[in-house]
Amino acid sequence: MSASLEKGVNALKQQVDSSVAAFFSSCVHCGMCADTCLFQTETGNPASTPIAKAEPLRRVWKSEYTLLGRIGKMFGLSKKVDEKLLTEWETMVYDNCTLCGRCSMVCPVGNDIALMIRKTREGMAAAGHAPEGLIGATNRSIKIGSPMGVKLPALLAQIRHLEEDTGLKVPVDVEGAEYMLLLSSMEIMNFPEFMEAIARIFDKAGATWTISSEAFEATNSGIQIGVSDLAAELVQRVVDAAEKLKVKTVISPECGHAYMAIRWDGPNLVGKAFSFKVRHILEVLDTFREEGRLKLKDKISEKVTYHDPCQISRRGGVIDQPRRLIDLFADDFVEMPDAGKMNWCCGAGGGVSSNERADEVRLQVFKRKKAQLEEVQPDAIISACSNCRIHIEDGLEEYGMDIPLMSLTETLAEHLADD
Amino acid sequence: MASHSDKEKTLGDVLRSHGVSRRSFMKYCATTASMMAMSPAMIPMIAEALENAKKPSVIWLSFQECTGCTESLTRAGASTVENLIFDSISLDYHHTLQAASGHRAEEAKEEAMHENHGKYLLVVDGSIPMDNPGYSTIAGISNYDMLMEAAEGAAAIIAVGTCATYGGLPKASPNPTGAVSVSDLIKDKPIINVPGCPPIPVVITGVLTHFLTFGALPELDDLGRPKAFYGQSIHDRCYRRPFYDKGLFAETFDDEGAKAGWCLYKLGCRGPTTYNACATTKWNNGTSFPIESGHPCLGCSEPEFWDGGGFYKALSIPTADVGETVLYTAAGAAAAGVALGALNRATKGSANKAHEKVTLEDLEK
Amino acid sequence: MNEIALLEWVRGTGFQIATVVLVAGVIIRIFEILMLGRKKNLAEAKGSEFSSGMRTIVSRSVPESDSFKRSAFTIVAGYIFHIGLFVTIFLFAPHILLISELTGLGWPALPTPIVDAVAVLSIIALLAILVHRFNNKILRYLTTPGDLFIWFVTIAPLITGYIAFHRIGMSGPMLLAVHILSVELLMVVLPFSKLTHVFTIFMARWYNGAISGYRGVQS
Repeated sequence: MSASLEKGVNALKQQVDSSVAAFFSSCVHCGMCADTCLFQTETGNPASTPIAKAEPLRRVWKSEYTLLGRIGKMFGLSKKVDEKLLTEWETMVYDNCTLCGRCSMVCPVGNDIALMIRKTREGMAAAGHAPEGLIGATNRSIKIGSPMGVKLPALLAQIRHLEEDTGLKVPVDVEGAEYMLLLSSMEIMNFPEFMEAIARIFDKAGATWTISSEAFEATNSGIQIGVSDLAAELVQRVVDAAEKLKVKTVISPECGHAYMAIRWDGPNLVGKAFSFKVRHILEVLDTFREEGRLKLKDKISEKVTYHDPCQISRRGGVIDQPRRLIDLFADDFVEMPDAGKMNWCCGAGGGVSSNERADEVRLQVFKRKKAQLEEVQPDAIISACSNCRIHIEDGLEEYGMDIPLMSLTETLAEHLADD
Repeated sequence: MASHSDKEKTLGDVLRSHGVSRRSFMKYCATTASMMAMSPAMIPMIAEALENAKKPSVIWLSFQECTGCTESLTRAGASTVENLIFDSISLDYHHTLQAASGHRAEEAKEEAMHENHGKYLLVVDGSIPMDNPGYSTIAGISNYDMLMEAAEGAAAIIAVGTCATYGGLPKASPNPTGAVSVSDLIKDKPIINVPGCPPIPVVITGVLTHFLTFGALPELDDLGRPKAFYGQSIHDRCYRRPFYDKGLFAETFDDEGAKAGWCLYKLGCRGPTTYNACATTKWNNGTSFPIESGHPCLGCSEPEFWDGGGFYKALSIPTADVGETVLYTAAGAAAAGVALGALNRATKGSANKAHEKVTLEDLEK
Repeated sequence: MNEIALLEWVRGTGFQIATVVLVAGVIIRIFEILMLGRKKNLAEAKGSEFSSGMRTIVSRSVPESDSFKRSAFTIVAGYIFHIGLFVTIFLFAPHILLISELTGLGWPALPTPIVDAVAVLSIIALLAILVHRFNNKILRYLTTPGDLFIWFVTIAPLITGYIAFHRIGMSGPMLLAVHILSVELLMVVLPFSKLTHVFTIFMARWYNGAISGYRGVQS
């Protein structure tokens, strides 16, 4: 066994806990998870069956943690995790799964399959079987501080532009601010309107906030590629900055996996409960709404729908907030079928968008979102994840559909009362 | 007992001399035909065969038995045609029934065996002790030797009763005499098993009738029993079956269910696994059978019925004492489980220890 | 060995062996799984692990609507044979007697013709499931020889029970012996195969509900 394979198998061994053992013990191969996964429904590829993607982890569980498996291993009967398996499985685990967790909601025996695949990635990555694109993104995140290679001067330049254009103030490194905002690189480079919207809303709501020059990046490639060690390093940067600035709450921006990384995985990765709170921007805005700190001047008349980013709604627990917020500025709101915790993934989360090898399949599986959209025929789509946003725009273009996609935060900011 | 001079007479002659009317004779033939599942067209054939049959020589050997089988046959009821048929064979040797005793009796047997060599019917009741021949002897001859000698010249052997057919009570655990059945010892003669403790009389005469009519044994099942009588289970023909199907069971011998005549399954009835004609032919001139008297079937005509667990335990209940086993097993398994759980923790612990920080270089491989 | 002796063996020694393996197997598997433990979640909770887990144990039995449309056959056939197994195992008079003898617990039985009909339905459902397994591309991909063996182990007691009840082909004691033997096979195999889901399903569903519930989503 090569050193890297050994490292991978060891990582898989580390991933097995009582939940994983209960999950694998319960699977009856009914195949229902396949029907919940857009990578299967839209491609018909049986290898895309969610539970099948966790095969490397299953083999380790079986041979290392079960009585029968141990006996089988003694007689050389157990199925081994080898280079061939990992090579074969790499595309299934990374290119054909967004960790959206829809399968976890349906599995009749209750397996959290997305968790099992997420854990499988730990072994794949440690064994050197992660896709090039994700390795690059992780590399840039660790070395530069952003998966897209965005450096602090670029952020500061964007802030300067913004402040000049709008007269709004974007506080940087302000100690004692209530909120510390994290941003995804995409928001910095592609959607600077987001920062503007935050500045506007927080100004109107009278909340103090800041951006840290030492940890402004929200995304966490370590989570996507499945390397807890590196993910922890990225989370630690945020923790250090938040503690240094003594903020009460860290805000995760409109980015799905970033929320998962900092809100739910973060404390577990660094092995310590946070001294501050972590909230998604929609949660913060909803609190403002509840406290009457959001005053809107008008409503839009278009028929709008909301795309639930998987890691924010199904895997994150922020489901009702966006709907209450949309109610503030939209009269004609329609839900897509399966909306909410059963929503279909756009097809590019969980690192798929950073993995060029998956470009074809992610557009292929977009047909699911397309079908959902066709059913409700909205004038505009609202979402709260830059990654979903870019991919949905990509998909709409691919299939010749012309529906504008708006950020919830940005749209809200546009309709704030002037006073 | 038939007298010596009767030997040349046909069965028809004997029956007539006993005053059996043609009518009741034909009725017997019809009953036999229907019991043995033969077509009505066969009735005249049976009648004719019986009419003209020469009285066959029958030698009856009794080994380790209780004479219950003989009692069953001879005291089945009033003077029936069955009894007469039984009367009209030439029963040349039968301990209990023959008048002769001592040397005389043995000589009669020798003579019959000699005279009818290859033609006589051998009836056996009782099991044969194999541990020590001294356990059961007749005229100083061991049961085994007597059986083997008599079997040699027999046309066929009828094993009567559960002891002769399956070893019966003598063979019950721990089988102190090493009892075996007739079919355990004899492999080269046609054997017909008529099990029951005791067997139903009409079954014996039915088999005899068949032999007399066709000169051959009736169709047998894989336990050597005539299918005509042992083809259906007690349960299948039980008049209480509808209660079983409805789920109505007597729980005790004196509850409302018992009084209402509900199914006796819960009281241990062996009806479902017992193949016999009790439920149709009944006993004591067709008066009733055990279940009709409110007692579950014991399964007396099945092999090893004595050792089949308590008679009053329902058939679906395991005979083993599982309760205690489960207790010990659970305790042992809990210990083994903790050990295996600890092993799992150790495996994971060493995996955690073996963990080296995954670096960017690792990703590139 | 004659059939009555075989019947005695399966009711005695055989049943004892099967019970020992079943009880020991289940206990061992439970320890094996639970002793692995789970790290304490350090993230600030948004919901209760315990109650969400308990709720998922129940709620996961009700299929989600889109999933029902897409997996209708699996769900319907699955429901039929699971209910069928429940009815035939737990509501058939002779079986209740067995259970009450072993545990002291008893309850009323269903009339046998109803149990009989349910058994037939379950057998049909299981046969259809096998056909589906071979005809469906995904299931063909997932299916291992082990799945087929477990299918056999599951349907065998139903079929042998059905023919024992109706006495088809063999004599009563033989049929009963074969039926009990098939159940004993099931008991022996259960703790060491995917049939463990009969008890691990409660753990798996609880973990699923707990993981999700902690984040404020009822799964």
